Amino acid sequence: MSTAESNSGLTPTEHAHIEMLSRHYENKRSACVEVLKYVQTRYKFVADHHLSEIANLLAMSRTELESVATYYNLIFRQQVGAHVILLCDSVSCWIMGRDKLCAHLRQHLGIEPGETTPDGAYTLLPIVCLGHCDHAPAMLLDDELHGDLDIKRLDELLPLPTEPRL
Amino acid sequence: METPLTQNIRPGQPPLGIEDYMKAGGYRAAHKALTTMSPADIINLISQSKLRGRGGAGFPTGAKWSLIPTAELPPTTHYLIANADEMEPGTFKDRFLLEGDPHQLIEAIIITAYAIQAHISYIFLRGEYHMAQRRLQQAIMEAAAKSYLGTDILHSGFNLSIHVHTSGGRYICGEETALLSALEGKRAVPRAKPPFPQISGLWGKPTIVNNVETLSNIPHIINNGANWFSNLGLGEDGGTKLYGASGHVRRPGIWELPMGTSLRDIIEIHAGGMKDGYELRAVLPGGASTSFLTPEHLDVAMNYASVEKLGSRLGTGAVIALDQKTCPVGMIRNLEHFFAQESCGWCTPCRDGLPWVEHLLTSIESGEGEEEDLEILQQHLGLLGMGRTFCAHAPGAMAPLASGLKYFRADFERHIHEKHCPWSEK
Repeated sequence: MSTAESNSGLTPTEHAHIEMLSRHYENKRSACVEVLKYVQTRYKFVADHHLSEIANLLAMSRTELESVATYYNLIFRQQVGAHVILLCDSVSCWIMGRDKLCAHLRQHLGIEPGETTPDGAYTLLPIVCLGHCDHAPAMLLDDELHGDLDIKRLDELLPLPTEPRL
Repeated sequence: METPLTQNIRPGQPPLGIEDYMKAGGYRAAHKALTTMSPADIINLISQSKLRGRGGAGFPTGAKWSLIPTAELPPTTHYLIANADEMEPGTFKDRFLLEGDPHQLIEAIIITAYAIQAHISYIFLRGEYHMAQRRLQQAIMEAAAKSYLGTDILHSGFNLSIHVHTSGGRYICGEETALLSALEGKRAVPRAKPPFPQISGLWGKPTIVNNVETLSNIPHIINNGANWFSNLGLGEDGGTKLYGASGHVRRPGIWELPMGTSLRDIIEIHAGGMKDGYELRAVLPGGASTSFLTPEHLDVAMNYASVEKLGSRLGTGAVIALDQKTCPVGMIRNLEHFFAQESCGWCTPCRDGLPWVEHLLTSIESGEGEEEDLEILQQHLGLLGMGRTFCAHAPGAMAPLASGLKYFRADFERHIHEKHCPWSEK
């Protein structure tokens, strides 16, 4: 996280990893989604200066790479919280009550979908069908899939650090 | 009842490693294919089996493969892509296969790549499927360690490497030409056909894109033959099918059943019927982009032709149940929100039409709709219909809307006349 706020560039190790990813394809730019995601795992989001640097490495124009980066649900061009909540909003989860869960999360976290809690702990986002429809409602919390959600389970999974401990 | 695709899958437990997979008969088909069959033999066998694509469109797999050029001079690179970009709302069958038996897919890719003479294969995996990614990568490492991947596989002279490409999350990437754009590092916009991917696909090279469930059938057809496969089905379509059910059914889940199992059996027997207090009003038989069927259609055989006769599609075989306590207008609004959001924006009818459809449905659902809104929605069925758009995204989006306007007309009108959603009071 240390470099997320600064304008420092990617490290030599990161360059080497990006080079390795691009070797899987006939041309370098084909690796761009995976490279964006890799940089995101390192810095939580893709900052402007990282986008420019990746574009250079993959022989793309900055605009081309931006057009790809902004196309995808899972690539973040803004700072996100320490944990990203992706709450499914597709049809099976909707039938099984995801709107009530979303309303609870808005109240519990004090933010709207698309926002990050002021302490930087959580970002709440909608996501399309997670393929967990037999356990709807479902969400991804970072990389972990959770199903059969109810309000009690959400509260267990998403503790608020500011809540006084009993 | 045979369940070849799921025989090794133990839900809630890790998948078989390569040793156990081989003990269960795994990689026998790869041996047979690479050491005793020619690529043409395999394509003929798959054509005879009449296997049809399980990604939703139902295109005959053998016919797709046979369009790959052979004996080109000079030899050209071919690519095989496993389409694991499962994102059709209500659908969770490929995730079940990917997480449950990754070696089955790896073996299928080896055989298929050999049949179409591809030496590089990509598994195009949706980015949200983290566990599937880990399990596939583990399986690829194990297969490579046993020399099922790499050079001169089984001393056949055939070389193959497999890469897992994880996507960034966008529904249209599942459309095979949009998938190619995505793999090339561009915005995932569909391409014009022709040329078909079999002629000019990934980086302009001949390319086959097959769905995960489709591919998973291949080793079993190699082992057991085309007739065996045909006889697994209950009607003209052969094989088994992974059917799912979600919504307020008693036991939501996924089952491998003979192709052509009735919708009634799926809902009433396998899913256990509706939960207490819930009645079935309608279903989407095969994901979000299929047309509603109603309880009077329950005896339909869930195969391609039978569901089409009722004006819907088998799609992915993922049944979504609508109950009497859920607002049909709200459900359709949810579906159209998905399609509007996931439109790639390339062609105007889809880019502008779908958000307008969603807007009208939101107005009606919130009690602000007017009688003429129904006429405008009706017009969009034509404006966004097949032939008016660049790909099948918007026509797919119109399927639940068209059938919804037909079956739930009175519910739409109640929203408009009563100026609120009748279901919102509960």
